[in-house]
Amino acid sequence: MSELAGILADQVARLLGDVVTKDLLDRVEKGLWPAELWRALEENGLTQVLVPEDQGGAGGSWSDAAIVLRAAGRHAAPVPLAETVLAAWLATRAGLAVPQGPLSLAPVRRTDRLALARTGSGLKLSGSAARVPWGGRADHVLVLAPLDGRPHLACVASGAASVAADRNMAAEPRDRLRFADAAVLAAAPAPSELGPDGLVPWGALVRSLQMAGGLDQVLDQCVRYANERSQFGRPIGKFQAIQQQLAVLASHTAAAGMAALVAARAAETGDPGFEIAVAKSRVGEAAGAGCAIAHQVHGAIGFTYEHALHFTTRRLWSWRSEFGNDSEWSVRLGREVAGRGADALWRTLTQR
Amino acid sequence: MQAFRFEPTRLPPDAEALRGEVRDFLAEAMPNRSAVHRATSWSGWDPGFSRKLGERGWIGLTWPKRYGGHERSAFERYVLLEELLAAGAPVSAHWVADRQSGPLLLRFGTEAQRQAILPRIARGELYFCIGMSEPDSGSDLASIRTRAIRQDGGYLVNGTKVWTSNAQHCDYMIALFRTDPNAESKHQGLSQFLVPTKTKGISIRPIRNLAGEEHFNEVVFQDAFIPADSLVGKEGEGWKQVTTELAFERSGPERYLSSFQLLLELIREISQDPSERGALAVGRLVAHLATIRQMSISVSGLLQQKIDPALEASVVKDLGTNFEQELPEVAQMLIDCEPSANSAQDFEQVLAHLRQIAVSFTLRGGTREILRGIIARGLGLR
Ligand SMILES: Cc1cc2nc3c(=O)[nH]c(=O)nc-3n(C[C@H](O)[C@H](O)[C@H](O)COP(=O)(O)OP(=O)(O)OC[C@H]3O[C@@H](n4cnc5c(N)ncnc54)[C@H](O)[C@@H]3O)c2cc1C
Repeated sequence: MSELAGILADQVARLLGDVVTKDLLDRVEKGLWPAELWRALEENGLTQVLVPEDQGGAGGSWSDAAIVLRAAGRHAAPVPLAETVLAAWLATRAGLAVPQGPLSLAPVRRTDRLALARTGSGLKLSGSAARVPWGGRADHVLVLAPLDGRPHLACVASGAASVAADRNMAAEPRDRLRFADAAVLAAAPAPSELGPDGLVPWGALVRSLQMAGGLDQVLDQCVRYANERSQFGRPIGKFQAIQQQLAVLASHTAAAGMAALVAARAAETGDPGFEIAVAKSRVGEAAGAGCAIAHQVHGAIGFTYEHALHFTTRRLWSWRSEFGNDSEWSVRLGREVAGRGADALWRTLTQR
Repeated sequence: MQAFRFEPTRLPPDAEALRGEVRDFLAEAMPNRSAVHRATSWSGWDPGFSRKLGERGWIGLTWPKRYGGHERSAFERYVLLEELLAAGAPVSAHWVADRQSGPLLLRFGTEAQRQAILPRIARGELYFCIGMSEPDSGSDLASIRTRAIRQDGGYLVNGTKVWTSNAQHCDYMIALFRTDPNAESKHQGLSQFLVPTKTKGISIRPIRNLAGEEHFNEVVFQDAFIPADSLVGKEGEGWKQVTTELAFERSGPERYLSSFQLLLELIREISQDPSERGALAVGRLVAHLATIRQMSISVSGLLQQKIDPALEASVVKDLGTNFEQELPEVAQMLIDCEPSANSAQDFEQVLAHLRQIAVSFTLRGGTREILRGIIARGLGLR
């Protein structure tokens, strides 16, 4: 762990651990914007962990950012921290100034079409994007769209879109944004990090990290609960059936953490496609299996809104399906591996 | 709470340099090894090959030079092992000695034992088997009953070991015996011994496995006398020592690569027509494999830092053996063919072998349930 990583780990754990209470999560689901939490994250530089120091950021690497995003997942931080960290990084890669405030990204769906066009003095954006995370809540949206046949990254105010609000299973905003000749604040050719799949792999990376953190949290809650809850005169954690299930959850959690961190590390080298596919596939499977075990171990209390477990499990279920589910990434990986042929597999694995 | 110490760990350049050397060596040493032979993985027995590895200095890689070792890193050892396994090299003869018997002697053996044994293991000349399990003691290893009773100048051994892999070919057994039948608890009064398999009073009978192979054995001790200097470590400390040995046994890449050849054959099968379901199945397996490999490398990182990796190794072994066991399951579900040892198709031959063998992957070296019990203890549940 780098020195910065150590500092970040402490900072983010303290900040989120103190502020993100069950009560706050409740109120955010009812529509509150946790302004104080957001301000604290910004003031501590956590939203700009990937922005170079000379541009006012923390100058961190993806492995540093991984710590922040995993913690965001662990604490179910009810703010667009992952989206802002990613958008700010992409903006700097494109040479754009990073706007203050919460950021989002579009399009997150491969099928959505957005286009830039020149007007007298500047650029305008048109088109529609579905399921934009925190789209209506973010101050600005970074949009990947073609201009003169080449992909560009454009910054628009979310106020310039008409917003059809929607949510994921965890009640996080996933809005449809419609742009009709919306004013573009700044634009530049897309950075090389954005390949033919656009924002999707990067979204998959940040969701994998958040999910790894979510699984950490679920495992902790399960172990604590299994030691507290008694039936038949002893803590349920003493029953071998429970121990065996929690061992499986723990192994999935460990695998998810490794897969996500390795993908983040690969992002530093510029060609993380393989590792991101591995991560989203592996972490997605871990989330499915892990949530099932967690709820089984918690019994009926875990099925109530009153209990906090669902704040994490609903996020895990939602994130699993965002930026490509595990099957989608497995198929891509399988096609890539089959395409290179059996004799290339071992070399591919060991070059990484 | 952070239950486990898994850190993404990069293999250092010297370890990567060794990778190329091993690949070159294997290309020359076994150019035409068939798919089904490669699929025997670390069960392939070939003393000639083991000696060649010894000549290259690739057995006892991390041991001190004064015992014939090469003082190289845990990472280099990891790379060597994974390259041998991925290529399906016949490593079985020296595997147990290199993995656990040698390191056990290094840790607990007498100076005379180390000097007599370790250099010969490192040359690929001495082969070891593991004498732990007995007919009535499998998972409950501490309940073993084979006795070694003190006698003039040594011990007299009576009892039966079972499932002893390759005992019929090995020179030595590291055996766990009960030296004090009256000890207060079953974990006390156990001791480890270095036993020549040719000792008078030892009879070895191969036990055919379900695939018809003679791989493991029953080893009966009838008034077998072993000299006092064959005691390894301290009398009565056998339980503590054997758990160290089991950590060596469980921490390596052989716990997820046993079916690797089948993954290759499966990819060859689907490459001809990468249907969505084929790509899905293979992609998912590759995602698991790549992740387990990274976890296994991080266990090498713990070993390199001299941190006891027993808990993390149990996680990797549980994930790894489930993966290598699932491979034939997925392959059989996916590809419509009849697996057969006599098939002219590599895929069908390799599947026929691994379909039958894979059930043992989550038994040998400690069952899935026992490993999960260890993980649960690590979580603070027991
Ligand atoms: C191919 C192969 C090679 C082997 N080679 C060797 C060798 O070289 N040397 C050697 O000493 N041994 C060897 N073994 C033996 C191996 O270590 C044992 O098979 C293993 O420890 C399990 O013991 P068992 O087979 O008696 O099963 P048992 O212990 O009887 O277990 C049967 C079932 O009950 C479960 N079980 C047992 N206890 C518990 C518990 N407390 N909680 C929950 N479930 C439990 C087990 O998980 C298993 O599913 C080998 C085994 C195989 C299959």
